Formats: sequence, C-alpha cells, structure tokens
Amino acid sequence: MRAAAAALNRSFKHWSLLPAVLIFLLLTLYPMVNLVRMSVSTIAFVEGTARWSFTPAHNFRLLLNDAVLAAAAVNTAIFVIVAVAVEIALGLALALLVARLARGKGLMRTVMVLPILVPAVAIGSMWKLMYNYDFGVFNQALTAIGLAPVNWLGSTKVALAAVILVDIWHWVPFVFLILFAAVEGVPPDVIEAARIDGASNRQVTWRIIIPLLKPALAVALIFRSILAFKTFDEVFLLTSGGPGTSTELVSLHLYKVFFEQNQLGYGALLSLAIIAAVVAFLLVSRKTLALRSAQ
Amino acid sequence: MTAETSALPLVGRDRVIGYGLLVLAVLCVVGPFAWILMSSFKQQIAILTGAWSFTPTLSNFGEVLFGRRSDFAGNVANSAIVAATSTVLVLIVGTLAAYSLYRFAWARWVTTGFLGWTLVFHMIPALTLVGPWYLAFRELGWYNTLGGLVLTHVTLNLPMTVWLMMAFFREIPPEIEEAAHVDGCGPLEAFWYIALPLAVPGLIAAGVLAFIFSWNEFSVALNLTARDTATVPVAIARFAQQYEVQHSQMAAAAVISTIPALLLMALGQRFIVRGLTLGSVK
Repeated sequence: MRAAAAALNRSFKHWSLLPAVLIFLLLTLYPMVNLVRMSVSTIAFVEGTARWSFTPAHNFRLLLNDAVLAAAAVNTAIFVIVAVAVEIALGLALALLVARLARGKGLMRTVMVLPILVPAVAIGSMWKLMYNYDFGVFNQALTAIGLAPVNWLGSTKVALAAVILVDIWHWVPFVFLILFAAVEGVPPDVIEAARIDGASNRQVTWRIIIPLLKPALAVALIFRSILAFKTFDEVFLLTSGGPGTSTELVSLHLYKVFFEQNQLGYGALLSLAIIAAVVAFLLVSRKTLALRSAQ
Repeated sequence: MTAETSALPLVGRDRVIGYGLLVLAVLCVVGPFAWILMSSFKQQIAILTGAWSFTPTLSNFGEVLFGRRSDFAGNVANSAIVAATSTVLVLIVGTLAAYSLYRFAWARWVTTGFLGWTLVFHMIPALTLVGPWYLAFRELGWYNTLGGLVLTHVTLNLPMTVWLMMAFFREIPPEIEEAAHVDGCGPLEAFWYIALPLAVPGLIAAGVLAFIFSWNEFSVALNLTARDTATVPVAIARFAQQYEVQHSQMAAAAVISTIPALLLMALGQRFIVRGLTLGSVK
C-alpha cells in the first residue's frame, strides 16, 4: 500500500498528463489520419459493413466540380464578414456606453450572458417563430404599420440577411462581455491625466480608451471569425441552407455531403480542406495573438 | 474606482440617452426569450393566429413531456446523463493535465505541442471529425450509444477545461506548494491536499461551462445518435423539421432546454462570466 502510494507520487508527473494525451491521440489525431485515408477512397456500406475502394481522382473531381460548395463558400464569407463586423461595432459601442453609466453594469452582465448559454437550437426555434410569415412578430409589426409582410426565411433575397441577424443577436453579447471587461480594466488615472490635459470626451474615447482595447479587440475578432465560420446549429434549424442555396454555409454543406448524400470519402476531403483553411487562418493571426500575450 | 462610478461619466441629456440605449439593448436581448416563453403557453391555434391576448395553457409542456407520441422526457434523460458524465470525466482528465503542464518541468515540445494541438482542435469545426468518429464507432459498436457520445463531448470540452484550470492553478502562490514540499509532501499529495482545494472556483467555472456546452451540443449528437439516444437539441430540431412544424411543442421544448443554463447561471454567474472572459483580457 505504502509502496503503491510512493509509486503513484513518483510517477505523478507522467500519469497525470496521460489520459488527456490518450484522448487526443485516439479521438482527434487518429480520426484526422483516418480522414486522409478516407479522402482517397469511396466508402460504401454493404449489409452494414463498410467497403473501401481506392479512388483518389474521383473525390478530387467532385471537389473541383462542386457548384454548391462554391455558393456555400461565398455565403460563408459574406456571413462571417458582415456578422463579425457588426458584432464588433455594436459590442464595442455598448461596452463604451455601459462603462460611462453609473448603474446597470451588473444587469448588463447578467442579461448579456443569456444568449451565450442557451442551446443554439433553442435560439433557432425562437427566431423561426419570430420570422414566421403568417404569425411572426416581424410581419405582425410590418402589417400593423401598413407594410407588406416579408418572407424572411423563404425568399432568396432576404434569407441570408435574416440568418445573419440571428447570429448578430446571438453574439453581440459575447463581444460586449470581452470588451466591457477590457474597458473596465483601463486605469482611471490615465483617463484623469488626459482630462487634466484638456482632452474632450471624444478624444479620450478615440485616442486613449480604444487604442488600449486593441488586444481585446484582436481576440474578439479572431475568436468570433472562427466561431462564425463554424456556425451550424441555428442555420440548420432556420433554413437548412435554403431556399435553394441562398443560406448554404460550408458547415451545412459538409453535413449534407457526409450524412445526407453518404459520401464519406468526398466528405473527408472536404473536411481536410476546411481544417487546412482554419489552420492557415490561425497561423496568420498567430502574430496578433503573440503580440497580445507579450503585453 | 468602484463599480458605481465612472472615470468618464455621462451628464445631462447624454445621460438620459445613454440609459435609453441601455434599456433598448436589454429589451433586444430579452425580447426573443419573452416571445418564445409566451408562445410556449399558447395553444397551437393561438400561435397560428398571432394572438396577443390568449388563455395561457400548460398543455404544450404536458404534451411534450408526457404525451404518448413524444420521446422528449427520454431526450431530457439522455442529455442529463451525457452532460453529467462527460462533465465529471472532463474535469478529472482536464484538471490532471492542466496541473501536470503547469507544475512539472515538461520538455518545451510537450507543452507547446499539447497546447497547440488543443487550440487547433478547438478551432476546427467538430463536423469535420464526425465522419471518422461515425465510421470508427460503427466498427466498435459505439454508434447510437450514450457512452460514445460522452466520449466525444469529453474530447470537445477538454481544451477549454485545460486552459481554464491552468489559468486558475497559475493564481495559486507557488510558496504554498513549496512549503508543503519542504514538509515532506509528495507531488500527488501536494496536488490533492493543496492545489485542488484552492482551485475549486476553477472547477466550478469549468464544470458549469462543460455541462452547458455538452447539454447544448448539436452537430455531433445529431449524427452519432438515433431515436432512443437522441439528446434535447436533436429532439428540438426534429420538431422544427417535421413537415407540419409543431410550433407550440417546439416552443415548449426550447423553453425546457434553456432551464439548466438559467439555473446554473443563477447559481454561479460570477464564475461563468469569469470563465467566459478569462484569458481574453489578461
């Protein structure tokens, strides 16, 4: 017993890291290696067992001729750029505003955390009800003021904007929380000093506070961009990519290739392309992250 | 600076406008919640006519939870089992790993390799790995089992748990553990009796977030479960995807799905906000 305790103590450094390493090896690294194997294969299920055949050119040809993927890539780019830009702008404005008010900070922290914590699927349900053509709150408001109702999720012109609005509602609070914590971290004496030197409120905000927020802004930008790129749950619920391909995102397309069209080989190739894109983005933004941790 | 003052206070008319905008922001966030809460107490007919005045009914909740054609009570049980089990497991595995990386002199390639890998894995869409997981789990007989889903949720929450726990361990003054070492405490004992009790706020923050993320997780559960193992988000999506959308039941199910987050929020808001913003402002 004593000897066992001593052995556990001596080897603690190693066995404490072991479970996590094993999980990552078996559930992330091995699947990624498997993705490479799958990406050059066609996999069919014959009587419940997987049959692999080696067809590398086939999957590449699918990738190059995938018209839906092209549409999804464009939609995803619009989705990420518009949603993240608006979220950062609104989140920043709100953080600067609340920091200047004497009351309401606690309330804002409580309320703003709600959308982050409830299931994205529940958020999709909420907005599906609100966007409903016949009885949704938006069309009720439009008809009340004498305007024609809008087919929010069913029209190719509006659907992407409608889906982006849901993402903005979902994630402005997150940007707010990060930036608000950073604004509260600005030393008051810096602001005092600027005011004594005769700086106006506007100058203090733009020349003192916002430059000091740069690291937090970089974090919000990088995190939000990647999370927006991964968006799946709400859009799956709201439109599933429709009408046509007007709200098709890369994540939705990947899901459909894998699990609706059962193209596991081509899906794996698509997955590898997505992973490569994310890693490339991370490497590019690493400079900003390194800058941040140096401060 | 106390919480109730500001270095740059708004005065006069600006102050009124400022509070007006604050109220507007709160209403924008709360409004959709109020709308779905209201819908969940409406009969389907009252939803379909868009009525604002209606007789509230509990029948949607009754139908969803106890109706003969509804599996939702089972979905709630599945979600609770998966979230609770995966949270306990990820806390054990993640806390041990975080302590190991923080406390012991690992070679540089081990630390950067491990943490770099957690970052990459955390950032790629989970859907990219669901394909290989699906194939492997079918082979092993884990497809459509709660155990298989638990394993994926442990993996998905492991990066966040390791980062959070490392941040909390770093805040423990090293002198305390050094003193314990001088008194003849082994590394395992120092971890168990000294570091772990001091890191309880971190365990709460990581535990609450891991539970909520597991409870909310959709894209993996959608593809690795079938009818009898489906979790709450998968069930809600089924309501929404039916040919004739069951609006009232979808609303009731969505309201039920937000309860754990609201409860945990009420109990541990301080820890959650800290956990969510930790690392982003330091």
